[in-house]
Amino acid sequence: MAYSEERHSYLDAPYGLKSWLLTKDHKRIAMLYLISITIFFALGGFFAAGIRAELLTPKGDLLTPDLYNKFFSMHGVIMVFFFLVPSIPATLGNFFMPIMIGTKDLAFPRVNLISWYLYVIGGLIGVSVLAMGGIDTGWTFYTPYSTIGSTTNVTFAIVGVFVAGFSSILTGFNFIVTVHRMRAPGMTWFRLPLFVWANYATSLVMILGTPVVAITLVMVAAERSLHLGIFDPKLGGDPVLFQHLFWFYSHPAVYIMILPGMGVMSELVAAMSRKQIFGYSFVAASSLAIAVLGFLVWGHHLFLSSQSIYAGMVFSIITMLVAVPSAVKTFNWAATMYKGSISWESPTYWIIGFMGLFLVGGLTGLFLASMGLDIHMHDTYFVVAHFHYIMVGGAIMAYMGGLHFWWPKMTGKLYNETLAKISAILVFIGFNLTFGPQFIVGYLGMPRRYHTYPDEFQFWNIASTLGAGVLGAGYMLAFIYLVYSIFKGEQASSNPWGAKGLEWTTTSPPPTFNFDKDPIVDEPAYNYNPGGKGVHVGH
Amino acid sequence: MEQQLEASILGMWVFLVTEVMFFGGLFMAYIVYRSWYPDAWAHSSNMLNVPLGALNTGVLICSSLTMVLAVRSAQVGSRMGQVVNLILTIVFGSTFLVVKYFEYREKFEHHLVPGPNWDPHHMVNGVLHPVALPLGSQLYFSLYFMMTGIHAAHMVVGIVLMLIMLRMAWKGRFTPDYYNQLEVSGLYWHFVDIVWIFLFPLLYLLGFNYKG
Repeated sequence: MAYSEERHSYLDAPYGLKSWLLTKDHKRIAMLYLISITIFFALGGFFAAGIRAELLTPKGDLLTPDLYNKFFSMHGVIMVFFFLVPSIPATLGNFFMPIMIGTKDLAFPRVNLISWYLYVIGGLIGVSVLAMGGIDTGWTFYTPYSTIGSTTNVTFAIVGVFVAGFSSILTGFNFIVTVHRMRAPGMTWFRLPLFVWANYATSLVMILGTPVVAITLVMVAAERSLHLGIFDPKLGGDPVLFQHLFWFYSHPAVYIMILPGMGVMSELVAAMSRKQIFGYSFVAASSLAIAVLGFLVWGHHLFLSSQSIYAGMVFSIITMLVAVPSAVKTFNWAATMYKGSISWESPTYWIIGFMGLFLVGGLTGLFLASMGLDIHMHDTYFVVAHFHYIMVGGAIMAYMGGLHFWWPKMTGKLYNETLAKISAILVFIGFNLTFGPQFIVGYLGMPRRYHTYPDEFQFWNIASTLGAGVLGAGYMLAFIYLVYSIFKGEQASSNPWGAKGLEWTTTSPPPTFNFDKDPIVDEPAYNYNPGGKGVHVGH
Repeated sequence: MEQQLEASILGMWVFLVTEVMFFGGLFMAYIVYRSWYPDAWAHSSNMLNVPLGALNTGVLICSSLTMVLAVRSAQVGSRMGQVVNLILTIVFGSTFLVVKYFEYREKFEHHLVPGPNWDPHHMVNGVLHPVALPLGSQLYFSLYFMMTGIHAAHMVVGIVLMLIMLRMAWKGRFTPDYYNQLEVSGLYWHFVDIVWIFLFPLLYLLGFNYKG
C-alpha cells in the first residue's frame, strides 16, 4: 500500500495552476470550492464582527445606521448564498459522493467545473457590490424596499446571487444523475452511505427550489431597472407575493444547508462509535421526508404578512411535522452511539457539539412554528438565535466535523489532534455564548436589524459579543492547524479512523480516478459488526 | 455508450424540471393576478395580436416536427436528413423570433410597455387611439414581456444549440449508435416549444371572446 501512496494522487498528477483551473476531477473541483468558500466565510465573518462590535453598546457609536444596514445585509447575502448553500455539497459532497458510490467521477465532470466558475463569477459580482458600497435590503431582498426604496446596488447583488444559484442547480443536477447512473456494481440504493442519501435529498431541493428564487429575483431586477411592475402596489401588485415566492426557495434552502450536515453526522456517528447506524432506512427516508416537507412550510415566514389565518394554521402544523424526521435522525444517532465503542478523537467532539446545538435550534423552531408565540417573537433576536443554532450550530459544526473526519483523506495529512479538540470546544462554548443570550433578549423583545437598543439589553449583548470573539478564535485556530498540516502534517494512512466505506479503501489522498481497481460492493453500509464480510476491491 | 446516453437523457430531464420551476414562478404570479384582476386580464389580452401569435404557434409546432425528424434521421443514419431538418428547425425558430420582434415593436408603438411611458393606445381603422385599461393592466403587460421575453431568450439558446448540432451533423458525427447530443438538444427544443403552447392561450386567447 505504501508504495502506491507514493506513486500517484489527484493532488500531484499533473501539477501547475492551469491543470487545476481546467481540471475535470471532482476532487480538485471540491478543493477549489473549499478554498473559495473559506474566503467567503472569512468575509461574512468580518461583517458579523462589525455587527457584534456595534452592538457592544446600546448607542450607535461605531457604525452609522446606513452602514449597519449594509453590514447585516452583506453578512446575510455572503453567508447564505456564497458560503452555506455550497458549503458541504460542493466541497465534501463533491469530493466524496463519487468515491462513496464507487465511481471515477460525477456524471458530468465538465458541468461540475462550470458550476465552480459560475460560483466564482457570482461571488466576484457579490464582492464588486461591496466595492460599490454594498446593499442595505437584508439578504431577503423584500419588496417594495428592494424595488423602489433602496438606492444601493440591489440589481447587481441580485445578478451575483442569480449566477451563484445556477452553480448550485448544476451541482444538484450532477449529483442526482450520478447517484442514479454511476453506482458501482453491488452498490444498491439501500447500501448507499447516508451522506449520499442526504446529498441526494439536498440535490432535489436545489433543482426544485433554486429556479424559483432565480425567477423571483429576475422579477425584482426587472422591476428596478426596466420598471416592469410585478410587485408594485401602485400598479395593483402585491409585495407579499414576493415573500411567498422568495420563501418557497429560501425556506427549503435551510434544508439545503442542514441536510448535508445531517448526512455528515450519520457518517461520523457510525465511524466514531464503530457501530452500524441505528435504523438505516429510517435515517435515509427521513432525509427525503425533510426535503419534501421543506417545500410545504414557507408560509411560516408570513404569519404576520396578511396571510389568511387558516393558511397560517396549515403551515404551522406542517412546520411542526418537520420535527418528526429531524427527531428520527437525532434519536437514531443517539441510539447508534449507545453501547457503541466511542473513540474520543476530534470528530467526536464536533459530533457532540452538533447534536447539542441542533437540538436547541430544532426545538426553538417549534416555538416559532406556533402562530401565537410567533406574533410575540417575530423579527426579534429569538429568530436570529434560532436560525443561527441551525445554520451555524448545525450546518457549520457538521461541516467542520466532516472536514476533520475526511481531512486525512483529502490532503493525505494528519492535523494536530489536541488543537482540533480545543478548537471544537472553543467553537461550542463561543457559539453558545454568542447566540444563547440572543434567545433571552429576543424573548424580552429586542428587535433584529437595529443598530441601537434599550440599555437593559446591554449585559446580554456584551456576553454575545464576547462569545463571538471566542467563536472566531475557534474557527481561526482550526484554519491555522489545518493549513499547517498541509505543509508539515504527518502522512496519513489510508484509513486513520478504522472506518468503513469505500472512501477508506483507497489511498490517502486518492488517485485521480479514485480507485486502482473498480470496487464491487457486497455488504451493507457501516458493516462494523465483526464477522461480516469485508469490501472486496477487484475480483 | 448506453450508460452515457441514459445519463445525458436523465440529465436533460432533470434540467428541464429546473426550467419548469423557473417558469413556474412567473405562472404563479400570473395565476394570482389574473384571479385578482379578471377585467384587466381580459382587456389587456385583447390588445395582443392573435393572428401573429397563432402564426408563431404554427411555426413552432412545425419546428418540433423537423426536430423529431432530425433525430429520426440520425437513428436511420441519414446525414442529409439530419442536415436538412436541422436547417429547417433553425429557419422556423428564427421566423418565430422575427415575428416576435414585430409584435414587440407594435407594443412599443402603442405605449403598452409598463413604466413611465405607459400610455395605452390601440389601432382603429389605421389610426392610433388612446384606450383606458383597468387597474392591473400594467401587471399583465409586465408578465407578458417577462414570460415571452424569457421564452424568446430560451429560443435564442435553442437556435445556437441547433447551429452546433448542424455543424456536428454536417461533419457526420452522429451515427445510429451515437447521437446523444442531438437527442438531448431535441428534448430542450421541445420543452421551449411546449412553454409557448402554454403561453399562447394564457396570454393571447384569454380575452378573445370578451366583448366587455
